[in-house]
Amino acid sequence: MSTRWFGAPVQRVEDDRLLRGHGRFTDDFGDGALECCFVRSPYAHARIRSIDASAARAMPGVIAVYTAADLPFGGVDLPLLIPHPNLTHGRTQRCLASDRVRYSGEAVAFVVAESRYVAEDAAELVEVEYEPLPVVITPEAALRAEHLVHDDVPGNVAAEMLQEVGDVENALQEAPHRKRLKLRYERAAASPMEGRAVWARWTAGDRKLTVYDSTQSPTSIRGGLAVLFGLPESNVEVIAPDVGGGFGPKIMLFYPDELLVPYAAIQLGRPVKWTEDRQEHFTAVNQERGQVHEVEVGFDTEGRLLALSDDFIHDGGAYTPYGIILPIITAAQLPGPYRIPSYRVRFRDMYTNATPTSPYRGAGRPHACFVMERTLDAIAAELRLDRIEVRRRNLIQSGDFPYYLGVAWQDGNTVVYDSGDYPTLLARAISKLGPRPAGDHVGMGIAVYVEGTGVGPYEGAHVQVLVSGKVVAATGIPNQGQAHATVWAQIVADELGVDVSDVEVTSGDTRRFPWGVGTFASRGAVTAGNAMHVAARMVADKARHIAADHLEAAVEDLELVGGRVRVKGSPDRGIPLSAVAVLSNPVRYAFGGGTEAATQFTAKPREGPPLRDGEQPGLEATGYYSPPGSTWASGCHAAYVRVDPNTFRLEILKYVVVHDCGRVINPLVLQGQIEGGVAQGIGGAFYERLAYDADGQLRNASFMEFLMPYATEIPAIDIDHIETPSPLNPLGVKGAGEAGVIPVGAVLASAIEDATGIAITEMPLSPLKLFELSR
Amino acid sequence: MKPPPFAYHAPASVDEACGLLATLEDAKVLAGGQSLVPLLNFRLARPQHLVDINRVSGLERIYERDRGIAVQALARQAAVEDSEVVARICPLLTEAIRLVAHRVIRNRGTVCGSIAHADPASELPAVLLALNGHVIARSTRGDRVISAAELFTSVMETTLAPDELMVEAWFPESTDRHAIVEESRRHGDFALAGAVRYADRLALFGVAPTPVLADPHDPTRGLEPSADLEASREFRLHLVRVLTDRAFAA
Amino acid sequence: MRVNGVQRAATDDTRRLLSDHLRHDLGLTGTHVGCEHGVCGCCTVLLDGAPIRSCLMLAVQAEGHDVTTIEGLSRDGTALHPVQQAFHECHALQCGFCTPGFVMSVVGLLAQHPDPSPVEIEEGIAGNLCRCTGYASIRRAVHRAVELSTQGERMTGRQ
Repeated sequence: MSTRWFGAPVQRVEDDRLLRGHGRFTDDFGDGALECCFVRSPYAHARIRSIDASAARAMPGVIAVYTAADLPFGGVDLPLLIPHPNLTHGRTQRCLASDRVRYSGEAVAFVVAESRYVAEDAAELVEVEYEPLPVVITPEAALRAEHLVHDDVPGNVAAEMLQEVGDVENALQEAPHRKRLKLRYERAAASPMEGRAVWARWTAGDRKLTVYDSTQSPTSIRGGLAVLFGLPESNVEVIAPDVGGGFGPKIMLFYPDELLVPYAAIQLGRPVKWTEDRQEHFTAVNQERGQVHEVEVGFDTEGRLLALSDDFIHDGGAYTPYGIILPIITAAQLPGPYRIPSYRVRFRDMYTNATPTSPYRGAGRPHACFVMERTLDAIAAELRLDRIEVRRRNLIQSGDFPYYLGVAWQDGNTVVYDSGDYPTLLARAISKLGPRPAGDHVGMGIAVYVEGTGVGPYEGAHVQVLVSGKVVAATGIPNQGQAHATVWAQIVADELGVDVSDVEVTSGDTRRFPWGVGTFASRGAVTAGNAMHVAARMVADKARHIAADHLEAAVEDLELVGGRVRVKGSPDRGIPLSAVAVLSNPVRYAFGGGTEAATQFTAKPREGPPLRDGEQPGLEATGYYSPPGSTWASGCHAAYVRVDPNTFRLEILKYVVVHDCGRVINPLVLQGQIEGGVAQGIGGAFYERLAYDADGQLRNASFMEFLMPYATEIPAIDIDHIETPSPLNPLGVKGAGEAGVIPVGAVLASAIEDATGIAITEMPLSPLKLFELSR
Repeated sequence: MKPPPFAYHAPASVDEACGLLATLEDAKVLAGGQSLVPLLNFRLARPQHLVDINRVSGLERIYERDRGIAVQALARQAAVEDSEVVARICPLLTEAIRLVAHRVIRNRGTVCGSIAHADPASELPAVLLALNGHVIARSTRGDRVISAAELFTSVMETTLAPDELMVEAWFPESTDRHAIVEESRRHGDFALAGAVRYADRLALFGVAPTPVLADPHDPTRGLEPSADLEASREFRLHLVRVLTDRAFAA
Repeated sequence: MRVNGVQRAATDDTRRLLSDHLRHDLGLTGTHVGCEHGVCGCCTVLLDGAPIRSCLMLAVQAEGHDVTTIEGLSRDGTALHPVQQAFHECHALQCGFCTPGFVMSVVGLLAQHPDPSPVEIEEGIAGNLCRCTGYASIRRAVHRAVELSTQGERMTGRQ
């Protein structure tokens, strides 16, 4: 295997069509599709007394209006995706609410019309009589439980989980120093530039359902649709075409539209398309990041952690389709790169009358990092020690791997860090950060984090060399901008000795590859990447075996270079891969393309039947990779900021990242992921917030008031890498999709506190918040 | 987020436009559309009639008159931004225009439209007030000159009558010391608070239902700014003091 | 209206947004819709050579004007426009959804300022949102586009 492509800054193969405006995003599909609009609850909590859609149905151009009563599955709860024994009171919503709505934005009716314009006109005519009920907005309010989100969930607690390693109570008692902190993280939104959309067509003659969906998991959607509509899976095709950003909320399923659009297509016999608009995106699409932590930490006079106890409540929203993955991740990731001899963490997942929560880039880790890093800063302040030195003293060392944390992980195993070099991350980041800039009101912030990545259960890949010599590859997981087509092509091209431009990758299309899980949790490179490697290696092996017969050489003497299989040391003795592909399929009829070489009277004879036991025709293979456990990426971010003493405006003077994602497949792609993640982190730390009022209505459901940063708000970022390969997978990769965003809140909190002297215990911040805290 | 239904009119002359405004119930003028179309898309504005004046000829002029700059109804903000005569005679206006949103918005947005829209956080009404300019409102009843001091009544409300079309805004020359400063969250956003200084006059925006004149030595006197997501009443008052200092330090 | 140099039929639906007309009536789906209130920039096209938000224009308003969309920058199969080429070289796109709007904005910027200063570049890209790249690569792409444009002019001998 050559390493010509792995590690190289290969420019993307995806760009040409996207730059020319020939991308195919879900709303781009037309085909005469009907268009749709939801009627959504304006109330955060209400009983529905009646729904009258008659005026809407009567409007010209309206084809159908569905309420729960009109659906055969109207009374069925949507799937609870990730059950867990501690999730004792899991609840999911129905496709369309008929009795109760529990968050502002919950879907109540579905209008299908000739155009979205008409559908919106009709949606306004649907009369829903609501009886508002008391609302529970914050997780703290949920805990007080003066009102219930679900009548049958006492105390609004969906789940509770307690884990302990060591003996925290004793360790705290005996610690020379103790400190308590209360830290708060508010809800945030991923806000990809492309909202969600679904397009479906039912071909009655073939009983085939085809769905395009801006989703991070086409295979799961396909499985669910097959179950719901009683179709064989092979009759359901789900394709994630070009997707304009995912960042987590598109891994959630099922959104009501993912069932309603295909249902309408089947019922109405015409293609149906629903594209959400930005305003509804804010409340209809899952959010994340709401947690409140109460920490008690015990430490010695050198600032070494002796015991840490964290009790936190997680804002789960009105329903728990995603189970308790998020608080499990927070609980597991809180210790981060630091050694904590005794650690106890309890969480309660709370119901609130707000949009359900599911992973948003970082998925529970930004909170964990914020809590740990604020705690270390507090320790340093208490002991008047240098903040960097306190971190250094607590870091897990390079010789400590595999490192057993002893708490549960999101894949059902317990946390075991595979490899890393945290001291070098820290040292290099500090060195890169350089001396403090001159001037007043300047602060420094730093954070070190660990990120569990590459979770299973598995991914698969199919690789095939065509008789033309071109290579096609496919995997089940889709892409939302991470350059999968380029990165997988690099892996395959290395195994097969071809050019990256000769490998065409299809991802996220169940027609091409029907098995798999999805794109989330920074797992693509580890799972699909390794699956590509497995499949490509199998193809290379097969190519060598076929060529060995043909060249009358030993298999181990053959190599794949430049699109040929050739004898090492005698490069003239070789055969093009295209010819090997021909030979791999013994034929009776030569149908052109060189296939005459594979017919009975021309192919070199060998003993036995043309296809031996276990052999299959074609130069192709399907391979799978199932990780034994997560891989653990890590990083250190550091920054200098200046906070204007009068306006509290934030200026980031310097921002550095030193990152370890194991072996790097494409440094260009990695840089882009980190730069994008940091920008998202800056947005989430200082510009964006979800402003819910006391009635649970979102006051800033527009880009005018939900402040995503423009270029003018994001500084240049200095990035460096180290590589501690993962021993867990053949490629040694760890995953990098979420790295940029995880520690940003912690870094900026630390820097802003250093610059202003204002104690920072919450996220997000803003000039107004700093002004108020400074009074 | 699609606009609700409306009847669409595209007059070819000012007279035709005024005739329509005189006879139609519940009509809104569509000029640049950069403020109105978002409201239509959100369905926060639901006029029965849209009178699109973009087909009216002879309304794009930017010219010097009476020791000031006249900007007609269809002069785009970008044209005013690039105008050499504006930069020479009323540089305060040139500076202020650069703070309005982003260039792409200014390519369509109009100066008169911004003034007629009267968003309390926008820059141009405050500049008009600081300079003591006026607008000319035309209707089938004739022309009316409305001074800046009389124009703005409340949040997004002016003394323009429903049948009146603002055909021109006039900005006195600004050759004396001047400055415009604002504090916004992101580059190009509406201001949390802003101050326009001309000579010893001070106009504030973003801190009251309309732009307001203030005493540079006591700028917050009598101010009752509202609170919103990004600024409380106290923070706005604080910013007023900070921005006034900046405007007069230059 | 002329779209990408070709006379195209108008619409008689007076409330149809220009963005929807381009995408769904004319089949030019390269222009994207991200917010429909003029903030994100995904819908940016050129109107008579200047960048505007197509989500803030009624389709009927574009009659009699020249509209250039992303598809009009280079013919199928031919070389990419220098701005497109620069975006590719600098890895300035990931999911590609904001890209057409950014490219058109940058084309408009360079038409106004062929040799922009850093401040002018910052102003020129300040009105488009991107959630994937963090903007650093887009900044690099604008610099590269200026290089490519001047090279191209030198090659053709144009001033």
